[in-house]
Amino acid sequence: MRLDSLPFGQSAVVVSVEDRPQVGSTDVIARRLRELGFVPGEVVKLVATGPVRADPLLIQIGFTRFALRRSEAARVAVCLQAEAAV
Amino acid sequence: MNALAERHVALVGNPNCGKTALFNLLTGSRQKVANYAGVTVERKEGRFTAPSGRTVRVLDLPGAYSLQAASLDEAITFDVISGRRADELAPELLVCVVDATNLRLHLRFVLELLALGKPTIVAVNLMDVARRRGIEIDLVRLQQALGVPVVDTIAVKHGGAKALIDLMDRNELPRLPPISVTGDLHLRVRQLLADAVRMPTQTARIDDALDRWLLHPVFGLLTLAAIMFLIFQAVYAWATPLMDLIDAGTVAVGEWVGAHLPEGPLASLLVDGVIAGTGGVIIFLPQILILFAFILALEETGYLPRAAFLLDRMMSSAGLSGRSFIPLLSSFACAIPGIMATRSIQDPRDRLATILVAPLMTCSARLPVYALLIAAFIPQQTVWGVFNQQGLVLFALYFAAVLSALLVSWVMKQWRRGSDEHPLMLELPSYRLPHLRDLLIGLWERAMIFLKRVGGIILASTVLLWFLLSFPGAPADATGTAIDYSFAGRIGHAMAVVFAPLGFTWQICIALIPGLAAREVAVASLATVYAVAAVDEEAAAEALGTLISSDWSLATALSLLVWYIYAPMCLSTLATIKRETNSWRQMGFATFYLFALAYVASLITYQLVSRLT
Repeated sequence: MRLDSLPFGQSAVVVSVEDRPQVGSTDVIARRLRELGFVPGEVVKLVATGPVRADPLLIQIGFTRFALRRSEAARVAVCLQAEAAV
Repeated sequence: MNALAERHVALVGNPNCGKTALFNLLTGSRQKVANYAGVTVERKEGRFTAPSGRTVRVLDLPGAYSLQAASLDEAITFDVISGRRADELAPELLVCVVDATNLRLHLRFVLELLALGKPTIVAVNLMDVARRRGIEIDLVRLQQALGVPVVDTIAVKHGGAKALIDLMDRNELPRLPPISVTGDLHLRVRQLLADAVRMPTQTARIDDALDRWLLHPVFGLLTLAAIMFLIFQAVYAWATPLMDLIDAGTVAVGEWVGAHLPEGPLASLLVDGVIAGTGGVIIFLPQILILFAFILALEETGYLPRAAFLLDRMMSSAGLSGRSFIPLLSSFACAIPGIMATRSIQDPRDRLATILVAPLMTCSARLPVYALLIAAFIPQQTVWGVFNQQGLVLFALYFAAVLSALLVSWVMKQWRRGSDEHPLMLELPSYRLPHLRDLLIGLWERAMIFLKRVGGIILASTVLLWFLLSFPGAPADATGTAIDYSFAGRIGHAMAVVFAPLGFTWQICIALIPGLAAREVAVASLATVYAVAAVDEEAAAEALGTLISSDWSLATALSLLVWYIYAPMCLSTLATIKRETNSWRQMGFATFYLFALAYVASLITYQLVSRLT
């Protein structure tokens, strides 16, 4: 599943960050997400959503909270923690 | 001459690591704030004298998450560190500041910096907060693992950077990091954390509790509305007595000088040009200081990014960002502090879009013009049983302004489409109590930026306007008013040809010229042009109202009202746009588009109304 469809308050583990095809250059947003710590194995949690159409999402990762727009969060593939433990 | 050579140090670190507070602690008030040449990124430099007598020059580089720059700020940081900027000496020593409560994120950047192989000190900041949260950091182990000196700092405590200053003051710079930093940086960070840090909980409980309420879809928005209301009230109402005082002071000084100088061009230049112009600059200070006191406090507490979180969706659909909201709201009081407040918007494109639409917000200086015209032309009637017709028109004027701003920013968004996606990726830092010293230094900087950079342009243009309005003087056998014979009068007559399709008379055109200095002056100028003799401003406005209601058509009045929605003729606003964007082109663009909008909208209004009535 993708980070933008994570249920409220649910923890998950990052599987990968996927690049969106860009014209002529690398996906800066995907690269930045990895730099911010969205790397495989890291635990993420949805802690709040914006008031309009539940956008942006507030994601807790490690000790930091990042506000991500839905289109940004959709680049992150995650799996729920229960599945990861199996 | 000092025996020890000056040392160049640069502070680097992630955003929200308390870097600027540390910079303030090190350098105190010995700071210079400017822009990097050619861009809008702020450059902060300060100096302090170390115990050995050595002068240390400290550069506070823009916060960065990575050396792979994703924004203009980060590109500057990378260029300065690596010595790629021609106008900046490469720093001899880097001080990498990290937040002790957020090491997972910040240590990755430390590793990236160390890979550059420059002499580096790591300053673990906010150690007091970390201790209170029960976070234990073994600095000795961290130092061994990183291979560079590691010290703890508490930026909000007097003497909280003593260990760091001692290290910076040593004769030999710290050795280059002996360890190689390659491979997966996140993996290295995890090892470092496992070795040297004990962390009880993931976040502070107080953050969780505050965010639950302050980011709540209903309660969070209500809180935001309450805070906005308070700010707006403060900028609008609290500043008024101070502004009246400055106004009265300017008049008093002018009268005093006038009384002690022989009447003539020199006295007129001093009183109506220089003194009035200086007063016209200082009068903005109360609003700027009050607004920035709020913004700095909100930024320091960590609330500002939360407000951006709540508003991002609404603002981004119009091509702006959540951070545009406060600058735009304060532009309703005055666009000048509003435009200066866009400094809290990191993204340069969002910042520019916000600056360009800020003059569309109906500033308080337009109210006297609205009041005069509405009172003179709109009958006091009740519409649909409940609404006051005059109030409705005033509301419509404000509403049209907001709608135009949204439309303009939306069009600009379409324009720049095709460039890459606009990232939000905003960190919401831990809540912190604002520190008085940092607030005061911040306020002082804003005041100086305004007085030094914007003040000069405003003063110069006021003197120029004085010249246009005063020369040449009226001949002895003059039949009209003095302004009629001046350069301004002639320009007004010439302008009348261009403005005839809008229904503007030559009197209106002349009144628009002094209105360049400040929009509210237009009312007084109209009184001058029509030679209304009255004891005070209020009586003049009343007499003027009666006069124009018989002299102008309804179409002309409505056309002038619509003109003032866009009114591109506030020189102080244009001066601020020039300074904040560092570009004559952007200022020219703002002037042009505001003027074009005003012209077209007034033209449509006049032609429609004059055909219908």
